[in-house]
Amino acid sequence: MDESWEKAKAVFATLGVAPVAWLVGFFLLPLAIIWGYSFGENSSLTEISVNGTLSNYVHAIKPLYLGIILKSFWFAALTTVLCLIVGFPVAIAITFASPRTKGWLLMLIMLPFWTNLLIRTYALMAVLRTEGYVNTGLGVVWSALSHLLALFGHPLGPFHPLDLLYNNFAVVFGLVYVQLPFMVLPLYAALDRLDRSLIEASLDLGAGQLTTFRRVVVPLAIPGIISGALVTLIPSIGAYLTPDLLGGPSSLMIANVIERQFKTANDWPFGAALSFLLMYMTFLAIAVQAIVTRNRTRRRG
Amino acid sequence: MASRLTRSRRSLLAGLGAAAAGLSFSAVEGCAAKRPIGPNGEELRLNLYNWDTYIGDTTLDDFKRTTGVEVKMSLFSTNDELFAKLKAGNPGFDVIVPSNEYVTRFRIAGLLESLDHAKIPNSANLLPAFQNPPFDPGRRYSMPYTWLVLGIGYRKSRVDSVPDSWKWVMDSDRYKGRIGVFSEADDMIELGAKYMGHSVRNIPLDVIDQVAKMYIRQKPNIKIFHHDEGQDLLAAGDVDLIMEYNGDVAQKMLEDPDLDFVVPREGSIINSDCLCIPKGAPRPDNAHRFINFILDARNGAAIYRKIKYPTPNAAALALMPPDYRNNSVIFPPPEVMARCEYADFEGLDRAHLFDETVTRIFAA
Repeated sequence: MDESWEKAKAVFATLGVAPVAWLVGFFLLPLAIIWGYSFGENSSLTEISVNGTLSNYVHAIKPLYLGIILKSFWFAALTTVLCLIVGFPVAIAITFASPRTKGWLLMLIMLPFWTNLLIRTYALMAVLRTEGYVNTGLGVVWSALSHLLALFGHPLGPFHPLDLLYNNFAVVFGLVYVQLPFMVLPLYAALDRLDRSLIEASLDLGAGQLTTFRRVVVPLAIPGIISGALVTLIPSIGAYLTPDLLGGPSSLMIANVIERQFKTANDWPFGAALSFLLMYMTFLAIAVQAIVTRNRTRRRG
Repeated sequence: MASRLTRSRRSLLAGLGAAAAGLSFSAVEGCAAKRPIGPNGEELRLNLYNWDTYIGDTTLDDFKRTTGVEVKMSLFSTNDELFAKLKAGNPGFDVIVPSNEYVTRFRIAGLLESLDHAKIPNSANLLPAFQNPPFDPGRRYSMPYTWLVLGIGYRKSRVDSVPDSWKWVMDSDRYKGRIGVFSEADDMIELGAKYMGHSVRNIPLDVIDQVAKMYIRQKPNIKIFHHDEGQDLLAAGDVDLIMEYNGDVAQKMLEDPDLDFVVPREGSIINSDCLCIPKGAPRPDNAHRFINFILDARNGAAIYRKIKYPTPNAAALALMPPDYRNNSVIFPPPEVMARCEYADFEGLDRAHLFDETVTRIFAA
């Protein structure tokens, strides 16, 4: 790889121009502008003067906003753990499926991406709402059961629909639903590379299924777990559509606050400062992951 | 039931806007074929930037037939989207439809062209109440298109009596878990102040604080803070009482006779969506002609027949059928309307204070 890079520098450089220009022009530059705004203030309804003030950051670390960030982090962590619990068996099932089935299963994991997130979220609302599919279905079962029991003289009371939408449950449910593929794919990638003979050896040498899973499969899947957790955790912290549409009166997440700064409140500098505060925290998480990974490789090597 | 997601002035589109981060800066002129030049020296074209479901079925065709001017309509879903799109420079719109508070914002930001009243003779058709509003004295920058009033939409079979006080949504547990409150920061705080007997303008800081405390107390009873899709929540059975605009509920009442709407006795906020010409409009004369066309009695009536919002146009109102004119949802009783006021844009510091106050409420 290094050799071919040495030989074909010009080719690599030519191929690299477009993506680098794209990255600089449409990612780094806008990001730098927003970063600049975070040190500015509104001088009028339409203008922002960047004067190096730290007041936006001082405002952003008020307990009110730190509390919301902490809560968003808690929602995201819960989502990540649930995705891991649900995703791990799925990833294992895909790994050990026959090649033909594997293709189909992977496609099913990718299938949701063919539909826009907003449409999927609205669909979820149709499923969860008071007169939605879940409650309607349960209602039918309930009344059938009630009729049946009435024959024995014990009819059930009226059906009370479950509160499934517009609360924190719905937010976490929605986040798990959205993020699950991002957990399954890295897990699958890690498990697929796993040397099957290690599992056979473990089972052969007397470890039970559970011990093999705990002592062999999980440790070997750690890189997949970490990257899966990161790509689930980070977008979940910044989720705003899901809490906005599925959440209840106490489901505010930090991205909703940021969104309002760029829209109704028209306070871009403060919104920028909140965004970057969140980004610094994300960098910190990635740094921690890098250190953990490096220590592991060093221990092994 | 579940799939009741009919479009209204600002529901699904608002979500789609949110999905796309709300901000896009595409030019509207695009590469559409050039149209011929009209007698006024302007190209026979007009770019209108409007709310969704907010025009008559044939209005644009009628205008083209009368004047030869072809209207291209783009849609926005929130005033913020409209403001964001124009604050970086007018991408080519000739007529926009901001709400009154944003008429003020646009005016302060110097983004509106003043109107030439000589070119809008039909402004004589306006009801007197709309000829000289506080947010635009003398109508120098805006002509009213519709007006709206916030009130309580409710499901008749699920309330004990007509919920004609804000108390039932803001300050009572009688309808626990069945209440929807409008999440817009200024409307929330201003209506809270109105309930406490204060004007919706120049609210003192201690009243703002009391309002915040009241909402925080009320939170266990509130099912959702919604974004102007209250009529859908009401129709879907998710809530039984909802803070919403009269026109939105009136549209839904046609499908569901169990719904009704009341403006609480404490009074409320009136809004008015207005036709304005943004600074840098490429075809200001066509824009004036279009505004004059809309204010014509027959053209206006065709629009209001379709969109069911209250009209500020006396001549158009006279042409409307009685089920519109005598509809107490579209036109709440005058004694209640007398207690309603326009809110005002009171500067960015105020906007930030309101925003932080609702953040406090949501986070509590």
